[in-house]
Amino acid sequence: MSNIIAKLDNVTMRYGDKVILQNCSLDVVEGAITCIIGLSGAGKSTILRLLNGLRKPDEGHVYVKGVDICHMPETKLINFRSAIGFAFQFAALFDSMTIGENVSLPLREHSKMSEEEIEKTARATLESVGLEQTFNSMPSELSGGMIKRAGFARAVVTNPDIVLYDEPTTGLDPIVTHLLTDTIKRLRAQLNGTAVVISHDLQSIYMMADYIGMIFEGAIIAYGTVDELKKSMNPIVQQFLQGSEVGPIPL
Amino acid sequence: MKMLEDFGKGTTALIEYAGGVTMLGGETVGFIARARIRLTETLNQAYFLGFQSLIIVLLTSLFTGMVFSLESAQQAVQYGVGNLVGGAVAYTSVRELGPMLSAVVVAGRVGAAICAEIGSMVVTEQIEALQSLGLAPARFLVVPRLLALIIMLPLLTIFADVVSIVGGMWIAQTYAHINPDSFLSSARQTVGFEDVVKGLFKSVIFAIIIVLVGAYQGLGTRGGAAGVGQSTTGAVVISIILIFISNFIMSYMLFGVGH
Ligand SMILES: Nc1ncnc2c1ncn2[C@@H]1O[C@H](COP(=O)(O)OP(=O)(O)O)[C@@H](O)[C@H]1O
Ligand SMILES: [Mg+2]
Repeated sequence: MSNIIAKLDNVTMRYGDKVILQNCSLDVVEGAITCIIGLSGAGKSTILRLLNGLRKPDEGHVYVKGVDICHMPETKLINFRSAIGFAFQFAALFDSMTIGENVSLPLREHSKMSEEEIEKTARATLESVGLEQTFNSMPSELSGGMIKRAGFARAVVTNPDIVLYDEPTTGLDPIVTHLLTDTIKRLRAQLNGTAVVISHDLQSIYMMADYIGMIFEGAIIAYGTVDELKKSMNPIVQQFLQGSEVGPIPL
Repeated sequence: MKMLEDFGKGTTALIEYAGGVTMLGGETVGFIARARIRLTETLNQAYFLGFQSLIIVLLTSLFTGMVFSLESAQQAVQYGVGNLVGGAVAYTSVRELGPMLSAVVVAGRVGAAICAEIGSMVVTEQIEALQSLGLAPARFLVVPRLLALIIMLPLLTIFADVVSIVGGMWIAQTYAHINPDSFLSSARQTVGFEDVVKGLFKSVIFAIIIVLVGAYQGLGTRGGAAGVGQSTTGAVVISIILIFISNFIMSYMLFGVGH
């Protein structure tokens, strides 16, 4: 029986009158890579933000490592978050800082490391995503794929238990996509941690996913291993996996 | 009915806004009280925010001092009270014009810059990135800017006071042949050290308004690049209005009625 490290429990989430998630539940298995698939605007990024407390649900609960984080005050939450890495869709590097400073920042703020140790750790982390040369570069000097990897480095530098990746490969060429997928797998193994990855790229999902959850109309409608989902009889899942315009998904 | 409803909504929004700014202020002060301050960043911001505004503060106060003197000097001489011009210029500069003009100019420059910077960080998810790294935006972004401006705006105001008085003195001499010595001695007689301190107290309050409104507007930015423009305009307009209102209240309370 696998351990559940984080879960959404019957979460409902609205923006104004718009219902984004409705009675949505999801288990995140410890030590696995869980991929979340679904249409654009379905609420995938919202799920990641719920998992690290950047958003609070209107109803339901979010548990991380057994703790209900919905009622945690921001002051506690902010410390709690250093155990959860977040790699943003557009990396969200601080553009007034070098890559090295970006990656060092969480260490400088949260650890008691000396300046030398911080630099050593930041360089080692950058090296593990293949960016050792960019320590002194500004984010604006990097290519799209490199920026994503620098974002990964910043997200994992504190050795978090869970890393959340928001569309790590969207908009990148197949070679870089392959490289990033490999990097996510490798980082997961290296950290001995858990990853939740939002992706549209089926090839990359098949390469890395231990579990897939599909979100549709506000809830996870299908969940299982890659093989289970491929064999799913659910017509919505089948349409999505085949990328067909014919089917029950309204366009 | 519709009007009442709108009025009600407007009032609620206003209270919400004031509450939001106050909460941000409270959070910021909390970090300062616990000495959670990034010193280098604060000094950088002081340098950046202060120097960014120096020239424009000097120019506006110079010309305001000059025009004030131009309007008053010749008339004063006509009525035989030319010896009071120095006092009048210094009095208004130190108590009202210096603090106000510097604050308004800085609201346009620095308040806008703070809002635009933080707003674009919202739009590019950098604020959420800060939070996800366990860093509070109030501590990381607002504290250094607030401390920097609380130091720099009074300094700018002192420059503004001096330049405005010197400009007034020059015009008084050129156009109304008021001798600089008599101008200055009149100024010294009229304006006390207390007036200077009160003027500088005002500029501390203005600094707080500018930074908190700019940061609050910035953090509230929604909807891409266009949103940044909107919130920045809002930041400048709202802080200038608040500067004028609070200036009246402070003048009333600090300098008293009938002074
Ligand atoms: N801060 C917000 N305010 C209002 N609506 C939002 C906000 N964030 C997201 N939304 C809306 O919520 C829906 C889901 O967003 P998101 O989780 O980003 O979707 P996805 O990542 O699956 O594309 C979208 O329709 C989006 O417009
Ligand atoms: Mg998204």
